[in-house]
Amino acid sequence: MAKTLFEKIWEKHIVKTVDDGPSVLYIDKHFIHEVTSPQAFTGLNKRGLKVLRPKQTIATADHNVPTLNQHLPIKEELSRLQVEALKRNCQEHGIELYGLGHPFQGIVHVIGPELGITQPGMTIVCGDSHTSTHGAFGSIAFGIGTSEVEMVLATQCLLQSKPKLMRINVDGVLNNGVVSKDIVLYILSKITSSGATGYAVEFAGAAIRSLSMEARMTICNMSIEMGARCGLIAPDEITYTYLKGREFAPQDDAWEKKVTEWRQLYSDSDAVFDKEFFFKAEDIEPMITYGTNPGMGIAVTEKIPTTETVNENDSSGLSKSLSYMGLRQGTAIKGQKIDYVFIGSCTNSRIEDLRMVASFVKGKHKADDVEVWIVPGSKQVEAQAIEEGIDKIFEEAGFVLRQPGCSACLGMNEDKIPAGKYCISTSNRNFEGRQGAGARTLLASPLTAAAAAITGFVTDVRESLPNPSEGGALVS
Amino acid sequence: MSDKNVNTNIQKESSDSETQKPPLRGWGGFTSRFVPINIENIDTDQIIPARFLKATTKEDFGKNLFRDWRYYNDDESKTKADFPLNMSQFDGEILVAGKNFGCGSSREHAAWAILDYGFRVVVSSFFADIFKNNALNNGVLPVQVTDEFLQRIFLQDNNTELTVDLEKQTITINSTGEWERFEISSYKKTCLLNGYDDIDYLLSIKEDIEQFEIQRV
Ligand code: SF4
Repeated sequence: MAKTLFEKIWEKHIVKTVDDGPSVLYIDKHFIHEVTSPQAFTGLNKRGLKVLRPKQTIATADHNVPTLNQHLPIKEELSRLQVEALKRNCQEHGIELYGLGHPFQGIVHVIGPELGITQPGMTIVCGDSHTSTHGAFGSIAFGIGTSEVEMVLATQCLLQSKPKLMRINVDGVLNNGVVSKDIVLYILSKITSSGATGYAVEFAGAAIRSLSMEARMTICNMSIEMGARCGLIAPDEITYTYLKGREFAPQDDAWEKKVTEWRQLYSDSDAVFDKEFFFKAEDIEPMITYGTNPGMGIAVTEKIPTTETVNENDSSGLSKSLSYMGLRQGTAIKGQKIDYVFIGSCTNSRIEDLRMVASFVKGKHKADDVEVWIVPGSKQVEAQAIEEGIDKIFEEAGFVLRQPGCSACLGMNEDKIPAGKYCISTSNRNFEGRQGAGARTLLASPLTAAAAAITGFVTDVRESLPNPSEGGALVS
Repeated sequence: MSDKNVNTNIQKESSDSETQKPPLRGWGGFTSRFVPINIENIDTDQIIPARFLKATTKEDFGKNLFRDWRYYNDDESKTKADFPLNMSQFDGEILVAGKNFGCGSSREHAAWAILDYGFRVVVSSFFADIFKNNALNNGVLPVQVTDEFLQRIFLQDNNTELTVDLEKQTITINSTGEWERFEISSYKKTCLLNGYDDIDYLLSIKEDIEQFEIQRV
């Protein structure tokens, strides 16, 4: 029988199915971090249980770590206690921890792929909704709550009902200045922030296939913003080339054997999806959000919708959203003043993102009244950026290259945007107060964020790009 | 308003079975007034802002439930008078909210905050997946109703009581008698009614799990 990519992986991981109930799903890899794990370990200890397969769990500290002076003790007491609890729990249970100071430390969804821990065909979970990122490798990867973290620690399994299946196809060729973040913001603006709730979403089509692994991760990362249980992309040569030789990728003969297995991971041509969408890459322009959920996005050249033109999902919330954002219906977003630029988060803090920003800002300088924070996704990204001299380009542009962590994506550490200020951010959520109480977030691609850093306003990045017909195409 | 002093009329379940954990009270049919928050797409950052996620225990999150919608400038002496949690006419163990409730982050702290504040049921016309799981894993019942029924509830006055019957899977507006059936997997229903959870079940099939591991290599 014809099967989808999701079904092929799912079926291989079913231990058993409860009568008239969910399935017991076996979990290959489990990532944990300091914020959503302490109560799970407490639960485990209360029941007198050990971690069943400690080698399949990997830990890092990312959510509340400072991004300056990481060599010093964490000043904020509660954050320090959480990081210490993680260390203690990992030691007690024999779990590998890439904590502060470790060369592998970083945002959990950045380090899994870059270390080659994330591989096609796996089931991967983490107490963090953006676990969907790992689906870019053709794996089933999803976020779980703390009770479920406890279940995986105790039994390496979860009870799950099979989600419905959706495929989103993006065909054609991307316009100059349009990158993968724009694709996902565009899809979100069309299907809304609840458009994929209850579904596992496979992204397919020529425009998706043409993307690098890092660009694919950006898309799967934000599948949770559509409400999806997970997002996934079939693995291909781009996937294998990315993985080969990475720290924990299979080596030698094992590698060949694995690749042969992975080549079976695709949706059969006659496989059936419960729902399917088709988009054209040519229709996509540089995107930006104006509201307080990630589905409230428009092309930078468009006007903010009005109660009449906004999609149904956001119609009742539009006024509330715009009053929080200090923006008006029917006005242009281009030209909106910006106070902060945040380039970071598990959506856009990888080396390609930093390279993209550096190649755009080289020789330019930020606007005087804008503060620019660049927060690399991991120690490895940071080291690579320094090796390539990207840090120097940032310095000359007046940008600050900080140290790895989640940072202003959710403002759990000191990196908060002050109330009322506008921040153009490469992260994934523009919820009220997400970047700090009262902060106003505009989500965009690293390129659009960089353009705003230079002008101080929401800018159409295409106006400052070299003309592609003169051989000047900047980025893919 | 005190966090837990709620007006309820709980019919005791006749139960003679001894379970390790206290079984959840009154799921056979429990009645309460409700607190309406008629806002759509309420995300978990609103339910419990990230700065309150630094605890290492599950207790005491209730005081920070909807923190930034309850207070000005994070100051407990400056309550926002027009937010339902601050309006004395609203009370009860049932929270009724607009569609797509609980979207965003996977933080289970959202479910802990709702439970700790004193809610046992959340009614909406649509729930985000992870929130739904988290709620069920903590004995908070998400009741998904149709958009029309949700709007009917929002139209009721503040003295109206709702009755939620998990066994029959129904929710009723007592003053008008209108009711609707809601869905819940029979497995989750059994868990809630008996007060046991997924870990209990998974631990009971440990041999199957080990067998699975051996077979797949
Ligand atoms: S960067 Fe933001 S979205 Fe990603 S894991 Fe950290 S807090 Fe979550």
